[in-house]
Amino acid sequence: MILNDEVQMLRRVPLFSGIDAGKLKLLAFASDRVSYREGQELFHQGDEGDAAYVVLSGVVDVYKEGPSGDEKIASTGSCSVVGEIAILCGTTRNATVKASTVVEALRIRKDCFLKVLSSCPRSMAETMRIMGERLATAH
Amino acid sequence: MEKSLARYIWVHTRPQQLFILLIVALSMIPYYLAFDLPKQIVNGPIQGTGFEQPGNTQLFMPIAFDLPLFGHVELFAGLPLERMPSLLALSLTFLVLVIINGLFKYFINTYKGRLGERLLRRIRYELVDRILRFPPRYFKHIKAGEVSSMVKDEVEPLGGFTADAFVQPALLGGQALTALIFIFIQHFWLGFIAFAMAAIQVGIIPRMRRRLIELGRERQLTARQLAGRVAEIVDGIDTIHAYDTSNYERADIAARLGRIFKIRYDIYQWKFLVKFLNNFLAQLTPFLFYCIGGYLTIVGKLDVGQLVAVINAYKELPGPLKELIDWELVRQDVQVKYEQVVEQFEADEMIAPEIQAIDTESRAVLNHPLSTTNLLIDDDIGGRVLEHVTVKIAPGETVAIIGAAASGGDRLAEALARVVWPAGGKVTAGDDDLFTLPEAVTGRRISYVSPDAYFFHGSLKDNLLYGLKHAPIEPAAYKGPAADQRRWDVLEARRSGNPDFDLNGNWIDPSTLNANGTDGLFGAMMAVLDVVELSDDVLQLALHSSIAVNTNPDFTAQIVEMRHDLREELDRRDLNNLIVPFRDNEYNTEAPVAENLFFGMMPDPKASTKAIVKTPYFRNMMRESGLGEALFEMGKGIAESAVELFKDLPPDHPFFEQLTFMRADEIPTYQHLLQKLRHNAAPSEEDRIALIKLSFFYVEPRHRFGVLDEKLMRKIVEVRHQFHANLPAELQAHIERYNPNAYLTSGTLVDNIVFGKLNHRFSDAISKLREIGGELLAKRPELYHALMELGLESNIGAGGRRLNSLQRLKLGLARALIRRSDYYIFNRAFSGVDHHLQEHVVEAALAFIAKSGDNPAVVWVLSNTPLAKHFKRVLAFDGGSLVEDGTYDTIVESGTVYKQLIA
Repeated sequence: MILNDEVQMLRRVPLFSGIDAGKLKLLAFASDRVSYREGQELFHQGDEGDAAYVVLSGVVDVYKEGPSGDEKIASTGSCSVVGEIAILCGTTRNATVKASTVVEALRIRKDCFLKVLSSCPRSMAETMRIMGERLATAH
Repeated sequence: MEKSLARYIWVHTRPQQLFILLIVALSMIPYYLAFDLPKQIVNGPIQGTGFEQPGNTQLFMPIAFDLPLFGHVELFAGLPLERMPSLLALSLTFLVLVIINGLFKYFINTYKGRLGERLLRRIRYELVDRILRFPPRYFKHIKAGEVSSMVKDEVEPLGGFTADAFVQPALLGGQALTALIFIFIQHFWLGFIAFAMAAIQVGIIPRMRRRLIELGRERQLTARQLAGRVAEIVDGIDTIHAYDTSNYERADIAARLGRIFKIRYDIYQWKFLVKFLNNFLAQLTPFLFYCIGGYLTIVGKLDVGQLVAVINAYKELPGPLKELIDWELVRQDVQVKYEQVVEQFEADEMIAPEIQAIDTESRAVLNHPLSTTNLLIDDDIGGRVLEHVTVKIAPGETVAIIGAAASGGDRLAEALARVVWPAGGKVTAGDDDLFTLPEAVTGRRISYVSPDAYFFHGSLKDNLLYGLKHAPIEPAAYKGPAADQRRWDVLEARRSGNPDFDLNGNWIDPSTLNANGTDGLFGAMMAVLDVVELSDDVLQLALHSSIAVNTNPDFTAQIVEMRHDLREELDRRDLNNLIVPFRDNEYNTEAPVAENLFFGMMPDPKASTKAIVKTPYFRNMMRESGLGEALFEMGKGIAESAVELFKDLPPDHPFFEQLTFMRADEIPTYQHLLQKLRHNAAPSEEDRIALIKLSFFYVEPRHRFGVLDEKLMRKIVEVRHQFHANLPAELQAHIERYNPNAYLTSGTLVDNIVFGKLNHRFSDAISKLREIGGELLAKRPELYHALMELGLESNIGAGGRRLNSLQRLKLGLARALIRRSDYYIFNRAFSGVDHHLQEHVVEAALAFIAKSGDNPAVVWVLSNTPLAKHFKRVLAFDGGSLVEDGTYDTIVESGTVYKQLIA
């Protein structure tokens, strides 16, 4: 998969839907392509948040620490973003994300992520919408 | 130290000085004979005096003289010789005398030189010995650079002077006196003139030169300060960079150099003025001789012969006189230097030599308990930092000292470790005052770790074992020439008053190791490295070092085996995509194009690549194979993509970090170049190279521009084979072809084991490989041992600067733990580290010490108060006083200091 294909994938992510193709390509270039084996962790609850991930292929599961060990709370697949909350809020990871199949993803470093989002008002609005949604579901 | 240099020299070299005086006196005999002989040759055989008739003979070398009381003594009647044989015999005698004189001179000079060097060695040693015995607070006032410049440079002239201290004045004085007496004998008044002028010379010139000496002293002082400042710049370079004060330093150095210049210029001016005067006085006397002597001759009171003889004799006078004056000046100069140095190295309360006496037995016993009574400690400006502290530390106790920063606990630790001296009160071990015990006892039975441990330039191992090197336990075994050398070393060391401890001997007594049952030195080292969690760092140091293959083929063979093990293990675990290995006929997708093309390890990749691409061999190959053209096209594609992506971004945009093969300011250049090419302009050679160079850095999975296809990869592999097939000899040093079965010396050990490129898509590749590598290594204890040995040999740089601060803290701790002691005193030894690691290491260290059979006590000044829970007893300090002392429970529950610190 070359940059152009990745850009096609990124376009389908709601968060980036308002960003023009040139910027998206730049974002793709500035990100690392990473692969995960089944069961491998993308990040762990409580870690410092340093990057967000866009799942290109495969499925990831989201776990939260509960009284009886980790509980699976969600599952998500291609064209979804995980790990963006910790970056946006500057907090530690609030959940653990594991690959449940072989996963291909784009790893977007914190500064790149914020830089691209801040350049696009529509993305900011989208970000706020997502945050609100998460807040609503969290309580 | 002796105040007068002359006395110092006399005390230490008396027999040698007397001997050399005797030799000089002896050498005078052939010297004067050689003076006399030319006259005999000219008057005798050449002019024919005594050979008036053919067949006349003269006696050759009769040795006879008249002794008072004894009468005439004839030792050798002489050999009757004719004119020609006589000439030959006398000439040969002259030759022999010349040789004898030369040999005398040679002997005297080397003897004098050796004498001087020995004294220099003695002085230098004594100075360093004094540094080792200075009281601790003295070091707060002196600059390391200045002291070392004194030891190194300033005493240097003293050695040169030593040899001439007594011989020179005797010799020159004798010569001058002889000439003067000769003139007096010829004519009293002329003699008087010569004497008066000489007196003026001797009287005035040194007086004038005294100013020179003063200037010289100033010069020395400023030069020494310069050395001190330069050393400071080196030590404080980080601070200078951090605060942009480099120009302030430049100004300071320039000002100092200006001062030195001015002093030196003054010196020159004076020097040549003095020289002028000196020469003038020397020439004035002949003027007086000509004038007054001429007058006396004209009026008939002096005959011409006498006048000529006087003038001739006078020629002999200024030389020795001048040298004598010079000698006197040198004497004053070195005396001043010596006094200055001695003054700097004079300190009150110098540690007595007996306290540091070497003890090879290491059976020293420290009495218990370690205690303080009414201990008072002052800091340098006279403030009291510890007040009336009375405390007892019994064997086996574990004591935590808590308190705010500078509340006194750290000072107590320093006093217990003998690092600071008390202003009042006592530190005692049993009934002994700690400060009167030999260091051989306290320095072995007490192990102290300061907050800023100092490391010496050398290997990690040297520093780890540093605290064990108290005395040479057994001498090194020498054979053949080495044994002779050693004998010579010992002899010379003794002659210069140096100790003859053998640096190559074994300085580590196994009984002083805190081995805890592990076997030998290596086991002990591994044990402490594990405790402070430094083993992995050492292993990494080894893995990231490179070695020459021929030094240890077994070892490198094992590394290659390890490479195969790793591949197999990765295959077995289905993780073989973590590494993309180098394979002869495959394109390595994770490696840049250039690496795929050259396909080999380079000792210095940047320089080697440069050297290779410059050769006609490489250029021809690129042209003929058509790869050059293909890479040019590829470079064009890369440039297009990069320009498209980045052309609108400001140059300081963070995304440029990702653009590894182009700088932000190069974007317009490439943009321009592409435009030119689009208009079908023929690319210049430079443009071609610029674009091909771009392609060299390209890694498809990373950059993902889609410009590298299967066909091109195959082509690159093809050219790779071509490149290596006829590699010219001069390029072979630059590149070592990848060979899965050979150790490549250009790479590091880890390069050799991995033997491929990490797949950057797997973010856990490194940790995973480390984990697997560790497991594999556990199955090869021999290799692990060799690797650890190799890692321990790594040089840690000046002051341990090549280690990071955490590694230095760990090493500082390990250096103390490896020593077997009765008391371990850790003074904020592991602070500034994250709490989790701190807790881990403190626990491990306490457990390690507890296992030691000697039932040692531990005193730990904590910067992280909650760690006190690992200790049985807690001392709480506040404002320089011990305010609470009790078990952990009482201090935590009823004490106030703990609560304040935690709050």
